[in-house]
Amino acid sequence: MVELLVSFFLVAGGAFALIGSIGLARLPDLFMRLHGPTKATTLGVGGILVASMLHFSAIEAGVSLHEVLVAVFLMITAPVSAHLVARTMIHLGGGDKGIPDAPPGAKSRTGMKNGNEPELEKT
Amino acid sequence: MKCWLPQPLFSLCLWMVWLLLGNTLAPGQMLLGAVLALALPLFSVRFWPDRPRLRRPLQLLRYFAVLLWDIVVANLVVARLILGPTRKLRPAFIRLPLDLCHEFAIVVLANTISLTPGTVSADLSLDRRTLLIHALDVEDEAQAIARIKDRYERPLKEIFEC
Repeated sequence: MVELLVSFFLVAGGAFALIGSIGLARLPDLFMRLHGPTKATTLGVGGILVASMLHFSAIEAGVSLHEVLVAVFLMITAPVSAHLVARTMIHLGGGDKGIPDAPPGAKSRTGMKNGNEPELEKT
Repeated sequence: MKCWLPQPLFSLCLWMVWLLLGNTLAPGQMLLGAVLALALPLFSVRFWPDRPRLRRPLQLLRYFAVLLWDIVVANLVVARLILGPTRKLRPAFIRLPLDLCHEFAIVVLANTISLTPGTVSADLSLDRRTLLIHALDVEDEAQAIARIKDRYERPLKEIFEC
């Protein structure tokens, strides 16, 4: 029974990690590609961690909980790295398309340009 | 009370992290963890000149429960978007006007936005009043902003004193 659950979570986790990677390869531009690793991969690793908790709680005495820490640190670091990548892209001027005008008086930290195109370029 | 326990919640978190790292509930580890959890905030207190004050710690738990659920939903939604035809996607940048005043609350909100369906926080304006968000598939911009404000920002505003 436990093995069934463990394998279910392993397969589900692996599938989400795969989908995240497919998104990284398939989506047309950098900003859209960021969505893959920040989300699909979170659940991918999450599923594998749940499987690990179940497995080690079942075969060893006591409950295995230190996987929770991995999940917590992942939830803190994944968005921060995505934010850094996005800001770097905007800062380099490669992402000025489709960024709405700054409200009057608000200064941008990264010197964003105001884009005229309503949509991101699709390649 | 105030001088030897400056950040009770921080101490509690440290203690739990220590026990989780050791993956144990042995009395010795619990004692050692408690000593560290009491000592570390005393040294680190001066790194936090402007500490966020939690007004409702219990509501934070509720917030995390909602967030956890939304992460699962977000994954399913994004997985569907990724596997579907990419031409139909309507990516857009959105400016979210912020009502939060504390940096820590803004960080929590930005992280939340990155973890929830189809949105990644991309930039914070210099005056900390607007957050630039990139969304994977936007149908209605005003609705997306209202959703974030209602679901995440309002609880955070209640949790942190602002």
